[in-house]
Amino acid sequence: MKEAWLFAAQRVSAMVLAPLVLLHLGTVLYAVRGGLSADEILARTEGSLFWGAVYGLFVLAAAVHAPIGLRAVLGEWCRWRGAGLDIAMALFGLVLLALGLRAVAAVL
Amino acid sequence: MKRARPRLVKTGYDGPVMAMLEVEIWRGEGGGGAWRRYAVPHEANQTVLDVVTHVQRHIDPSLAYRFACRVGMCGSCAMTVNGRPRWTCRTHVSQAARKGRVRIGPLRNLPVIRDLAVDMAPFFEKWRDAGARFVPSGEPPEEPVRPDEPERRAADAGIECINCAVCYAACDSVAWNPDYPGPAVLNRLWTLANDRRDGDRDGHLDAAGAGCHLCRSHQECADACPTGLNPTAAIAGLKREVFRRALGGRTREGRQ
Repeated sequence: MKEAWLFAAQRVSAMVLAPLVLLHLGTVLYAVRGGLSADEILARTEGSLFWGAVYGLFVLAAAVHAPIGLRAVLGEWCRWRGAGLDIAMALFGLVLLALGLRAVAAVL
Repeated sequence: MKRARPRLVKTGYDGPVMAMLEVEIWRGEGGGGAWRRYAVPHEANQTVLDVVTHVQRHIDPSLAYRFACRVGMCGSCAMTVNGRPRWTCRTHVSQAARKGRVRIGPLRNLPVIRDLAVDMAPFFEKWRDAGARFVPSGEPPEEPVRPDEPERRAADAGIECINCAVCYAACDSVAWNPDYPGPAVLNRLWTLANDRRDGDRDGHLDAAGAGCHLCRSHQECADACPTGLNPTAAIAGLKREVFRRALGGRTREGRQ
């Protein structure tokens, strides 16, 4: 049952990520001029609710998607299974979420 | 551009001069062994199983391999031919040989007993443990089963499995994960789940439960299946159906 929910969560988060990744790459190609720095990016995105919402959703989807995929890779390649792996992956997801939301908060 | 031709050598077998195949066969017991070379006369319409049989009958009678029907029905003669799992009785040398060379080994993902014979027990034990067999409902279906109804079509799409374990040998998920039941078992569970005459649909979906989500959809099984089945599609159906049950929270009350 748990696997079925993880399967669905990964597929749904992938559906969310697919267009957002394209939008993100397009934005990077369009917006980056004279090097990639936090100051430069924030100068153009700060205060924008749209970019805040886009990247908020991006961070949420990535924090769901990545740990589920990493869990499968670690299970198969390192033979690490069970509750320990699940807890480690939940923590990994939380770290991604915290780091990502911190960046989004800077935009807002 | 010159075409590669089979090498001509004197053999004394079946005529003075004939084309020969360079054949390498895995020889050894259990985990150990090595490739050994044999020269086998190349004949028209020769199958890989013919090559192995020639080696055993005319060169080295101690070669161990397995076959039965020789017409692609029993699923006994699967081996790895030039790196790819195949049913050897229906694989012509002309399809499999590269520059007149054929390398024949045992199936992957199964323990080797000796030479080309593998122990099929793990494959069939997973089949048994998943309960992948027809469960009579005890009563005829309320509606007659029509050949063209969607469920019957889904079942028919996977029904011609001959249990040869070619998909099992081709699958990376089997190699990576000992808990993974493998494509053949899941394909069978999907045909049973779609068979309205079966009395334990929920049981079959429960059995597929965690296992079907270990499939990474690489489609190696569909690519290798000698009878042209698509276990990946069956497993995708199981994933959807298992999740649908998780959403609805249905219990094992049987099919209504």
